[in-house]
Amino acid sequence: MLLRHTKKEVKEREGLTINPAKTCQPIGAMYAALGVHGCLPHSHGSQGCCAYHRSTLTRHYKEPVMSATSSFTEGASVFGGQANLLQAITTIFSVYDPDIIAVHSTCLSETIGDDLQQITKKALDDGRIPEDKRVIYASTPSFVGSHITGYANMVTGIAEQFAKPDGEKLDQVNIVAGWMEPSDMREIKRLSKELGARIVLFPDTSDVLDAPQTGRHEFYPKGGATVPALESTGRSRCSIALGCISAEPAAIALEKKCKVPFRTEDMPIGLSATDRFIMSLSKAAGVEVPDEITAERGRLVDVMTDMEQYFYGKKVALFGDPDQLIPLTEFLLDLNMKPVHIVSGTPGARFEKRMKEILKDAPYTNFKNGLTADMFLLHQWIKNEPVDLLIGNTYGKYIARDEDIPFVRFGFPILDRIGHSYFPNVGYTGALRLVEKILGVFLDRQDRDAPEEKFELVM
Amino acid sequence: MPLSYDKPLTMKKEIVMESIRNFTDPSVIKEELVKLYPPKVAKKRGKAIVVNDPEEIPQVQANVRTVPGIISQRGCSYAGCKGVVLGPTRDIVNITHGPIGCSFYSWLTRRNQTRPESPEHENYMPYCFSTDMQEDHVVFGGEKKLKQAIQEAYDLFHPKAIAIFSTCPVGLIGDDVHAVAREMREKLGDCNVFGFSCEGYRGVSQSAGHHIANNGVFKHMVGRDDTVKDGKYKLNLLGEYNIGGDAFEIERLLDKCGITLVASFSGNSTVGAIENSHMADLNVIMCHRSINYMGDMMETKFGIPWMKVNFVGAESSAKSLRKIAEYFEDDELKARVEEVIAGEMPQVNAVIEEIRPRTEGKTAMLFVGGSRAHHYQDLFTELGMTTLAAGYEFAHRDDYEGRHVLPTIKIDADNKNIEELKVERDPEKYTERKSEAEIEAMKANGLEMNGYEGMMKQMEKKTFVVDDISHYESEKLIEHFKPDIFCAGIKEKYVVQKMGVPLKQLHSYDYGGPYTGFIGAVNFYRDIDRMVNNPVWKKIKAPWQTAPADGELEAEYVSQ
Repeated sequence: MLLRHTKKEVKEREGLTINPAKTCQPIGAMYAALGVHGCLPHSHGSQGCCAYHRSTLTRHYKEPVMSATSSFTEGASVFGGQANLLQAITTIFSVYDPDIIAVHSTCLSETIGDDLQQITKKALDDGRIPEDKRVIYASTPSFVGSHITGYANMVTGIAEQFAKPDGEKLDQVNIVAGWMEPSDMREIKRLSKELGARIVLFPDTSDVLDAPQTGRHEFYPKGGATVPALESTGRSRCSIALGCISAEPAAIALEKKCKVPFRTEDMPIGLSATDRFIMSLSKAAGVEVPDEITAERGRLVDVMTDMEQYFYGKKVALFGDPDQLIPLTEFLLDLNMKPVHIVSGTPGARFEKRMKEILKDAPYTNFKNGLTADMFLLHQWIKNEPVDLLIGNTYGKYIARDEDIPFVRFGFPILDRIGHSYFPNVGYTGALRLVEKILGVFLDRQDRDAPEEKFELVM
Repeated sequence: MPLSYDKPLTMKKEIVMESIRNFTDPSVIKEELVKLYPPKVAKKRGKAIVVNDPEEIPQVQANVRTVPGIISQRGCSYAGCKGVVLGPTRDIVNITHGPIGCSFYSWLTRRNQTRPESPEHENYMPYCFSTDMQEDHVVFGGEKKLKQAIQEAYDLFHPKAIAIFSTCPVGLIGDDVHAVAREMREKLGDCNVFGFSCEGYRGVSQSAGHHIANNGVFKHMVGRDDTVKDGKYKLNLLGEYNIGGDAFEIERLLDKCGITLVASFSGNSTVGAIENSHMADLNVIMCHRSINYMGDMMETKFGIPWMKVNFVGAESSAKSLRKIAEYFEDDELKARVEEVIAGEMPQVNAVIEEIRPRTEGKTAMLFVGGSRAHHYQDLFTELGMTTLAAGYEFAHRDDYEGRHVLPTIKIDADNKNIEELKVERDPEKYTERKSEAEIEAMKANGLEMNGYEGMMKQMEKKTFVVDDISHYESEKLIEHFKPDIFCAGIKEKYVVQKMGVPLKQLHSYDYGGPYTGFIGAVNFYRDIDRMVNNPVWKKIKAPWQTAPADGELEAEYVSQ
């Protein structure tokens, strides 16, 4: 057994987290900043943070992930990191020539109290920032929230620091992407185009973290939300935030700064959440839903009706991030499955409340988020009440193998498979992909375990 | 028995080296590498970029802080301590004291394999333990939370040992992890609890963490168990972390030779083995950078001499086995080692004869680690390939120039706070394995005892040596030399491949390996052959991008 020390008996823990279902803020900020065109993320802390975040994102995407660091040493930790960040800004603009540097803090720089706003202002006053260039920032202390919080904080920083309130209103809708894959962002853009809705999507990591092999390394790939597009978000008709945890704070910031009204929707994963997104966008953009989208939806529902027998009553354990877990749980319920155990390391009352709404007809579900809501607890729950399916990031494979549970990889990080950056989970097409994956592992399992006389040709 | 395919290699390699020598003046290339840097940065980086001369080895700047803003390969002290040195020991509960990230990123990502004695034996390596420090702990202190975490780990698992690793905020808020460790060790009674002040900001790279780890393992583990193990030739394998099963292959060879491995530091190891390691008669060191401190300290305290070995490469493996046999001065062992080598080489030769015509004359660059950039040059030599440029990520000058420069290395502000343990001869446990005269005689006979000549002596004249290479510098080197393969890590992997050059990961081995010993050499030959000859690299351009642009489009059907 790989996790041989995990026993069935659950003991309350307060001090020790074992096998976390979350990581820290800065990696989320780094990911978000990669969704801005011509932007170099910068980690204001020791160089280990930057190395770890780049490594994890690279393993997940199998793509270049460029980011710089303030390379703190003991001196900087005692005297403050201002000198390091100022030098970094000068070095970065002369060597790597980005349009934008997006600085995020770390637990180190937050503990010593570095003020990013003040340091970037000083860099500007000192003439370290070339005229047509920008340095933006977000405070992302690792000891608060999770990687999702860091993503939300950087997206909020992007919204606040680029959006311009002045000028005529534009006939466009902002879509604030919650933490999703480049494939998902590409799919949101496709669906919007299909609807005929003019949108500004940000951040947008498509064409950044799924770049083609050309024989040339583009330091700043063609994708990413552009500065003019980001500036224009202040004049948009309204914003739709896809995810109450990772996207809504940016929409709130836009409302505050530029009076752009917003609506928050769950991330469009699965049938019902995609329905709400399509309705919301068609209303916001003032467009009718075209037949092609209705047909896409119909294809998904068709599979759900035709294969319903394989989903009914199946027990599922899942772990991951709030804005993905909320609609995924709802979709499992739409498929007539039973999400019995759910954990997420990301804290927050808002998340709990939304999960309770989704789970109102599923009183049997164990749900826990925040401190010590970890994969060790999930595994113990599974030992007490076994499941038919496990859904989560790559770390789930250790539980899946020990307990011999069919496993669908979903979420962040996925370190041992490809596909997530190319094929979406959002929209009706994404839901169809999820259904195909879930069905695939169920039927493979049935084929594997069936006695010879019960082995089926047609399923 | 040497590698069979020897002569043609030298010829082709000579041609490659000749072309390098006739290539652009290296100083021009060096200038190009630092061109875009601000003047002060250019001056500093210039000292870390040298053109090699194995006869008169130039000084290279190493182990100094990276300029803020430079995109470096380096990680931090925590990564070197917890990730590298302590991570591979399977029966320690390693608790990271800090916010969640550090423990998460070092969770199973280094591919250290381990093989517990039975399904019942302890193995905590698939687990990740953290105190998950929150804001109020940063404000009010995290010691209480840490004690609670240790107690909970003990109650759940009853491990033999619990190690605590400090992350950046811990040092700043003043949590005393060593005091907590002492208190909990006394309280728990049967569990060895010890801490490491390996905050990420200490030192300038992972290297500081290695040193901190060496000190802690030496203080808290080594020398606790005096059990005398069976075996005529007993040694410890230092600086081998069993990535991709490397230690398994070395274990196989030692076993075949009848050599007893007391402990490995720390691939496939246990607390018990490390506690007993002072009972061995020789320390052999693989990764000089990460563990040389341990070799010196064990020699002083217990009287165990050390020697540098390299089990990467078939010839190097054979050489290392012979060196070990030389040390034990035993004809039976020498004969056994020769038998083993003779038994292993035919399969190596069969593969090299098949592969070498396809790899010979090709070129490589290696920028990785603190030893790997040196060790793997041996494998490339066996493939008939030339190393054009190499450098380490976190090494010191002695790894480049040889240990003779040690007295001349200046300790700067970033390194002076890394503790140097004052080690003395243990009045009871010290046993002289070899007298000073015997060691000197061995040295005179060419056996490199307690020494390491470094990487540059082995590299050709006019090749490039770059310490802590930046993204920009590696891009420029690739543009200039267009190597057939580039070796580095995961962060560089897809950047270099996007440039149309295959990158071999020498931290994770691209999830392959092992690459040590004779089986490992064969694995590496095959992997490199596959990579440098993969037809996909010729398919990067679409046919319509490469077709000659003559004539007009044949758009006849439009007009029909």
